[in-house]
Amino acid sequence: MSTLLSVRELTMRFGGLTAIDQLSLEVPASKITGIIGPNGAGKTTLFNCLTGFYKPTTGTLRLNHPDRGEIRLESLPSHRVARDAQVVRTFQNIRLFPKMTVLENLIVAQHNVLQRASKFSIAGIFALPGYRKAEGEAMARAGTWLHRLNLEQFADHAAGDLPYGIQRRIEIARALCVNPVLLCLDEPAAGLNPRESAELNELLLYLSGELGIAILLIEHDMSVVMNVSDHICVINYGRKIAEGSPEKVQNDPHVIKAYLGEDDEDEASGGIAA
Amino acid sequence: MAYALQQLINGLTLGSMYGLIAIGYTMVYGIIGMINFAHGDIFMVSAFIAVTAFTLLAAADVSSIPLALTFVLIVSIFFTSAYGWAVERIAYRPLRGSTRLAPLISAIGMSIFLQNTVQLTQGARVKPIPPVIEGGFEVWSTPDFTVQVGWSQLLIIVITVIMMFAFTWLITQTPFGRQQRSCEQDRTMASLLGINVDRTISFTFMLGASLAAVAGVMVTVYYGVIDFYIGFLAGIKAFTAAVLGGIGSLPGAMLGGLLIGLIESFWSAYLWAEYKDVATFAILCLVLMLRPSGLLGRPEVEKV
Amino acid sequence: MSTVVFARHQVTATERFRDAGWVAFVALILGIPLIGLTTVDGGGALEVETRFGVLAIFVVVSFVGRLGLRWLIDTMGARKLERLRDDSNKSAGISPVKVVNILGWIALGASIALPIMYSDNRYVVDTATTVLIYVMLGWGLNVVVGLAGLLDLGYVAFYAVGAYSYALLSTQYGWGFWEALPVSGGLAATFGILLGYPILRLRGDYLAIVTLGFGEIIRIILVNWTEFSNGPNGISSIPRPSLFGLDFTRSPAEGEQTFASFFGIEYSPMHRLIFLYYLILVLALLTHAFVSRLRKLPIGRAWEALREDEIACQAMGMNTTNIKLSAFAIGAMLGGFAGMFFAARQGFISPESFTFTESAIILAIVVLGGMGSQMGVVLAATLLVLIPEFGRNFSEYRMLLFGAAMVLIMVWKPSGLLSHREPTLRLSRGGAAINDAVKEAAQ
Ligand SMILES: Nc1ncnc2c1ncn2[C@@H]1O[C@H](COP(=O)(O)OP(=O)(O)O)[C@@H](O)[C@H]1O
Ligand SMILES: [Mg+2]
Repeated sequence: MSTLLSVRELTMRFGGLTAIDQLSLEVPASKITGIIGPNGAGKTTLFNCLTGFYKPTTGTLRLNHPDRGEIRLESLPSHRVARDAQVVRTFQNIRLFPKMTVLENLIVAQHNVLQRASKFSIAGIFALPGYRKAEGEAMARAGTWLHRLNLEQFADHAAGDLPYGIQRRIEIARALCVNPVLLCLDEPAAGLNPRESAELNELLLYLSGELGIAILLIEHDMSVVMNVSDHICVINYGRKIAEGSPEKVQNDPHVIKAYLGEDDEDEASGGIAA
Repeated sequence: MAYALQQLINGLTLGSMYGLIAIGYTMVYGIIGMINFAHGDIFMVSAFIAVTAFTLLAAADVSSIPLALTFVLIVSIFFTSAYGWAVERIAYRPLRGSTRLAPLISAIGMSIFLQNTVQLTQGARVKPIPPVIEGGFEVWSTPDFTVQVGWSQLLIIVITVIMMFAFTWLITQTPFGRQQRSCEQDRTMASLLGINVDRTISFTFMLGASLAAVAGVMVTVYYGVIDFYIGFLAGIKAFTAAVLGGIGSLPGAMLGGLLIGLIESFWSAYLWAEYKDVATFAILCLVLMLRPSGLLGRPEVEKV
Repeated sequence: MSTVVFARHQVTATERFRDAGWVAFVALILGIPLIGLTTVDGGGALEVETRFGVLAIFVVVSFVGRLGLRWLIDTMGARKLERLRDDSNKSAGISPVKVVNILGWIALGASIALPIMYSDNRYVVDTATTVLIYVMLGWGLNVVVGLAGLLDLGYVAFYAVGAYSYALLSTQYGWGFWEALPVSGGLAATFGILLGYPILRLRGDYLAIVTLGFGEIIRIILVNWTEFSNGPNGISSIPRPSLFGLDFTRSPAEGEQTFASFFGIEYSPMHRLIFLYYLILVLALLTHAFVSRLRKLPIGRAWEALREDEIACQAMGMNTTNIKLSAFAIGAMLGGFAGMFFAARQGFISPESFTFTESAIILAIVVLGGMGSQMGVVLAATLLVLIPEFGRNFSEYRMLLFGAAMVLIMVWKPSGLLSHREPTLRLSRGGAAINDAVKEAAQ
């Protein structure tokens, strides 16, 4: 098992608040790594540091890119993290392009490939064969993911008008169109009903198992995290308090304490596993 | 040195007026998040009301300056705040909740409309009035330059300080101020808690217009001539002042106004007077590039 | 789709009168200082003059107008409700896209036929040319504001750059219209990037005020730097464009031919006007084709995505800096072309043509038309140029009407006249490629 991303002593401070405190973490390739922790633990902040939206106060983020060798994520601006390092994320508060259709959302995600093919838009304006081919491929990729995520019937609808659960799926599909080696999902099951969650599980297993995409998964829905994660990291107050297999983490007293306070250990383990 | 002191005094006078107008921009921006483009023209309307009022008083042979000033201020504040109220009611309220650009366009339309209304009803020529307050006193005299403070300058600075105190009191100490601040933070929540948001917003516009009215009277007193076009430049500079100080911040608006006034008078005195507006805008750009939230504004970090 | 329809409260006559009375009262208060009273020059000092008659008329008109308006709104509202009730179970009729498309073709046909039908009416051709200049400007600004969502209040600066670069190139260095065209556009685009670069980080209203400042800076420089721009006097005798070397003058220059002599027709000053009209029509149509095509390319979709969510763009690996700069540059270039045409048409330019009001008008055209809608721009430009023309006989009311129209249209239709957005591509059109891909994926 090779390590895809290694986070070393990452710290992120906002003024006096330390949102992430000396966090170290290894993310293996082609596996699902769950990140859990109470609200405000610093999970989203970790994603923001990873994807270049926040510049970490200290610490290193090394990505062993399968084709491009080692990339230091902490020094890249956000668009290069997605473009060059192929680390792509979704957002806790869905961020689609609401007035554009679902299909357009997925095509925009392939902007860099298409833009290069359009040769400063000149090949695009005249619809030269090179550009047409690239456009066809982009459509095909979008079509594949639309099909895989069961979104075909919404393809020509404005993304912002669709129900919440569908928007979540669109966001994942859009991220997949960027061709990620590491996919960071921020609470993808929030607001989904049980059936949709089950479908999400299946999708995540397919992505990591069949396509070899490594996944970092922030999730509160234990039925998702515990069922699909190969490895779970628990964060509280910006520190890692436990790590290991789902079974191990579920029974870890620190975790139970973080979630439910000091007492009620029996109920706590039941609650987390639920 | 003496010359610089003179520029300082002139700059503060000018800056006080910009500051008063800027507060109107910043309050409206704070509460409904739009640039009230017509605010400069509200200020211009108030100057015309002041001219009419001064002329009426002259015809009635009122010679007491304090009496005349009080009368003109009250009349001007009354009518100008009516204009502030009407502009909001007609052009902005129907657009609340639509895109951010719609009220801006409506405001620009309102500004053009007001300008042309005044031009049509009051004439396009400049309106001169005889000096209301003459003279001044010497502060400092060197062999080659005498620093003078006009009584009108002193009056402007004093009234501005008084207005600032009254205004701060209104916003921080009164129920209206509390409602105003709560609407600024979260309009939906405020309305759920039983605050009449519409009325609070109307009041905010009237308050902003009142301050603009004070500035309008002072401009009339200070310069003695006005025309229908003064609102545009004064409005843009005051808005620049509000942005410079950090839009949404009341002390910021005043500070921004004073800075713009000072920059303008020093630039005109020592460099090229004809490029003074270029200086204002260039400094605005610089500040925004280095400190996008203005001098006293809270930085807006977008959480992702 | 079903719509819930609520019963409406019936408005009583007393309520209507009270409402109108209140409006009349406000009109009275607002009217006293500006309409009821005015100051006139009474030989040295000002004197107050009263116009209470006019004020009374104003108040009465407000009262009656409000009554009528209320009534109109209520009946229209009721009728709309009726329609909603009827339509609750039916689907909508013709799609708005089709209507707009048909209107577009009609407009195109009309604009081609117009100078033929009015070939001796100087006023109509001139006004139509003005409309087309604004249409072209609107299409240019649409890239920046409508598509990329960058609020630009200083667009007139690029119009000025285009106009002055042609004016200077032609009067100082003897360049012709066609040689100067790419240079003017390029210069304007350069200015777009120069302005865009420092303000990339600003958003929304800050951007608006800085662009406004930039527009004013350009104008102030044009006014004051007399050696360069001839100051407020402007630049005159700018050469007019020729048709493949054929001039539109009465008598030909040495060894050359004029349009009239070449075609063996009698000289008429209308020829030039009509030529200019067709020239701007072609420029505008090219602009339209260019922008519509760009919109369907990666760059255009990137602009729209930027307008929708800048952070999501970055998360998709898009370099938002370049995307913004490209929007500024292309918008500016199109503005430059329009400016150049303006200079060539007028033969004379001065800083007065490039005031903030001009920027406001262009922005209003984009927003009133419906952000990002190309046909909306045409509609709004036509309305905004023609509405003031109706007040032509009382020319001092022109801008008053203009301002009022801006407010009213916005209040009436806050998202613009044509706010429908047509997707840049559809799944069905992807056709074969998609189906193959889907099959592959299914295997
Ligand atoms: N841009 C920011 N400025 C200040 N504080 C922030 C910022 N972003 C996150 N925080 C703080 O960091 C802490 C962790 O937040 P977050 O990572 O969003 O938690 P969660 O684990 O629920 O995703 C919270 O206390 C939050 O308020
Ligand atoms: Mg979070």
